Amino acid sequence: MKRQPVLHPGLNLGSADEYSHAQSEPVIFGFWVFLMADLVLFAILFATYASMSVQGQAGGPSPTDVFDLPSAFIETMLLLSSSITFGMASLALKYKADRLHLVFWLVLTFCLGAGFIAMEVRDFWIMTQQGAVPQRSGFLSAFYMLVATHGIHVTAGLCWMIVMLVQLWLLGRTTEVKLRLMRLALFWHMLDIVWVCIFTFVYLFGVAL
Amino acid sequence: MGTLTPQDISFVQTFENPVMSEFIDGAAGSVLVLGIIIVTVLLTYYRGWKTLWFDWLTSVDHKKVGIMYIVVSFVMLARAIIEGVLMRYQQSIAVNDPGVLTPDHFGQLFSTHGSIMIFFMAMPFITGMINYVMPQQLGARDVSFPLLNAISLWLTAAGAALVMISLVVGKFSTGGWTAYPPYTGIEFSPGEGVDYWIWSISLTSIGSTLTGVNFATTIYKNRAPGMTLFRMPLFCWTSLCTSVLMIFAMAPLTIATLMLALDRYAGFHFFTNDLGGNMMNYANLFWLFGHPEVYILILPAFGVFSEVISTFSGKTIYGYKSLVVATMSIAVLSFTVWLHHFFTMGQGANVNAIFGIATMLIGVPTGVKVYDWLLTMVRGRIRLTTAMLFSIMFLITFVIGGLTGVILANPPVDFAVHNSLFLVAHFHNMVIPGVLFGMIAGYQFWFPKAFGFRLSERWGKASFWCWSIGFYLTFMPLYALGLMGAMRRTVEWFRPEYLGWLQVAFIGALLLFSGFIFLCVQLVSSVRHRDQRRVPAGDPWDGRSLEWSNSAPPPEYNFAVIPKVSGQDAFTRLKEQGQAYVSPATYEDIVVPKNSMVAPVIGVGAIGLGFALVWHIWWLVAVSFVIIWSAVIARSFVTETERVIPASTVRADHEAWLAQVRECATTPREQEDTSTNVGRAEVLA
Repeated sequence: MKRQPVLHPGLNLGSADEYSHAQSEPVIFGFWVFLMADLVLFAILFATYASMSVQGQAGGPSPTDVFDLPSAFIETMLLLSSSITFGMASLALKYKADRLHLVFWLVLTFCLGAGFIAMEVRDFWIMTQQGAVPQRSGFLSAFYMLVATHGIHVTAGLCWMIVMLVQLWLLGRTTEVKLRLMRLALFWHMLDIVWVCIFTFVYLFGVAL
Repeated sequence: MGTLTPQDISFVQTFENPVMSEFIDGAAGSVLVLGIIIVTVLLTYYRGWKTLWFDWLTSVDHKKVGIMYIVVSFVMLARAIIEGVLMRYQQSIAVNDPGVLTPDHFGQLFSTHGSIMIFFMAMPFITGMINYVMPQQLGARDVSFPLLNAISLWLTAAGAALVMISLVVGKFSTGGWTAYPPYTGIEFSPGEGVDYWIWSISLTSIGSTLTGVNFATTIYKNRAPGMTLFRMPLFCWTSLCTSVLMIFAMAPLTIATLMLALDRYAGFHFFTNDLGGNMMNYANLFWLFGHPEVYILILPAFGVFSEVISTFSGKTIYGYKSLVVATMSIAVLSFTVWLHHFFTMGQGANVNAIFGIATMLIGVPTGVKVYDWLLTMVRGRIRLTTAMLFSIMFLITFVIGGLTGVILANPPVDFAVHNSLFLVAHFHNMVIPGVLFGMIAGYQFWFPKAFGFRLSERWGKASFWCWSIGFYLTFMPLYALGLMGAMRRTVEWFRPEYLGWLQVAFIGALLLFSGFIFLCVQLVSSVRHRDQRRVPAGDPWDGRSLEWSNSAPPPEYNFAVIPKVSGQDAFTRLKEQGQAYVSPATYEDIVVPKNSMVAPVIGVGAIGLGFALVWHIWWLVAVSFVIIWSAVIARSFVTETERVIPASTVRADHEAWLAQVRECATTPREQEDTSTNVGRAEVLA
């Protein structure tokens, strides 16, 4: 059997749809580059948080006072599962000719993502009720900025998912739709990795110290 | 509407408080409004609206996008250079005298001058230049993402528009181009000024990030067959390094401006004095962007000098690989030196020492480059055209600036001259020759390619002498003043011994302004006499890279047939082997992207968004936000985004041009500046 050349890192469509696969080269590569720029943005936010989480508490609440670790753990599980379900969606994109599998996994991913956002908003609400608002201290400013930037990214991903579901319905599995789904997958997995870092460095370290 | 009141219009302020400073502000606003009216009337009179909309504003062709970037840059240069002259005038008369400008107005001037020169003159100029030239040098038909390219342009233009609007509506920041908090926090700068700065800079920083992604992808994925990385012209290499820097360095700026905005709008404590804020975080974030930014600007100019010096010496570039390695080294090192912008922060001697040494290290690859350029000229047949003169003056002047940079890299010396006019002299000594001379040289060099006729050498050289002499007269005195203790951004002096130096600097500034005027005269004169200056064959300077192998101006698809590259200096090879201007065996249909109004819609939405945020007009914020994202989403539902130019049309156009070229007489290099030069170079085998 002839091996398909891997033109880009990421989901390989080569054996199922060679035309789309060839088209995807610059698009997927460009998106990787964009993700890199986006990751620099998160790196800067992590650095800011690192410099303010201890030094910037200003006599206000400390991480142990405000973080709800069980809730953050459930959020982590929701987001990690959504990465698995998106992985299933990617496999359906490549191997299943029908739309049903793909749509099923995408909708499931959407529900998990939406659950994550709902939990996060609930966390923020409880924190503000306790007086831990971003205006209280530099630590809280940096915390909300970092976690909410991730949350806004996830929300953008959810909106993107809705658009893709509509496009699957209206346009079908065209090359453009496939390429967009491949990029959305990369975006979604990147947000997962960022969340793993947030959970580790912000929540676990915050409660441990 | 929001916090906007009639009193914020600059004409109303001038009317209510008719002092000289307000008068100057009102006059500047009037010039802007008058300019807009004149352009509108002229467009209507010549029925240009349709052309403007269909051929330019909605175009996604990288060449047109590039030209539009440079137009933005020229308009902004005009304003910022006048501001520079005005500040030199104020300082030259303000010795024991308040002068003509109020401190507040002076503060706005140095803030807009710096912000415009960096973000809305230099950045659009280099982006436009790369846009126009790089894909053609690679043998590509366009950048990888043409629509994204147009969107970047419109985001940058929206930022520039906000700065222009601040001339008429409200005031601009007085916090300098770096906008350090806590001064720029809400406590000390409660007005709209800093908000104008924040949103104009945020828009352009997002635009530049997307540009970086686009250019890097183009260079990695869109090269013609045979165009390996080490066969690329040096301008492409410097473009690549600049793109990589844009990808990594713009995010800190975006974040810093957004955090400052959150401090100001929502009472966060990132950079405030109290409740755990830390203003030095801002300095770190800003210069984490700011220092790579210096190289984002200067590297493309280095690329231009490499092309210009090699072409006008009639030689292949000396030490190609060492230039590539030097460029890459500079790009990497540029991330390791940001702290030298605030040695006085108080971080301890060891940290300062490390950053001081790293700073001096950058001098090494830069030195390698200077020697490579010099050795390219050795035994070359040098032609002193305007572009070449600017390049040579760059070499001399830039080395002086580099030496003062090494002096400043010493933390103890830096403590003594920190924030003095010595520093102002130093960075103008880097960016004027390093960026502006490079961009002017590139503009002279590639203008005939873009518009099909050469620029006047006579006016070009007049402009060159004004820029060069003007530069030395303006900035050498500032070194002396800095060592005498004169601090930057000072509106009034109390030391009479400064007077003479400041007056010389003002005369120099007038010369710099004349240099700009001569550039405008050159453009007008060349357009009027364009028929004697046409170069339809497309190769007026005996060029060496692929962009010279097509017609001037090039067709929208750049190359009728994608060229095959067999080595460095691809076009020179073709000419020497007699393979240039040969009819290709077959032609194929060419697919080009259709025009799209998505980019202008996003641009207008971005202006609305920025303006609404500045003036707290929340409904307009919501409307603009919805407009921008609706445009993006709606676009993703459009399936017919490309059109096909049939092979027969391509064949007809290309064969007609080839026939024309074959009839053209070849021009020896001595007659480059005469009407015999129609763009076909004599080849010396």
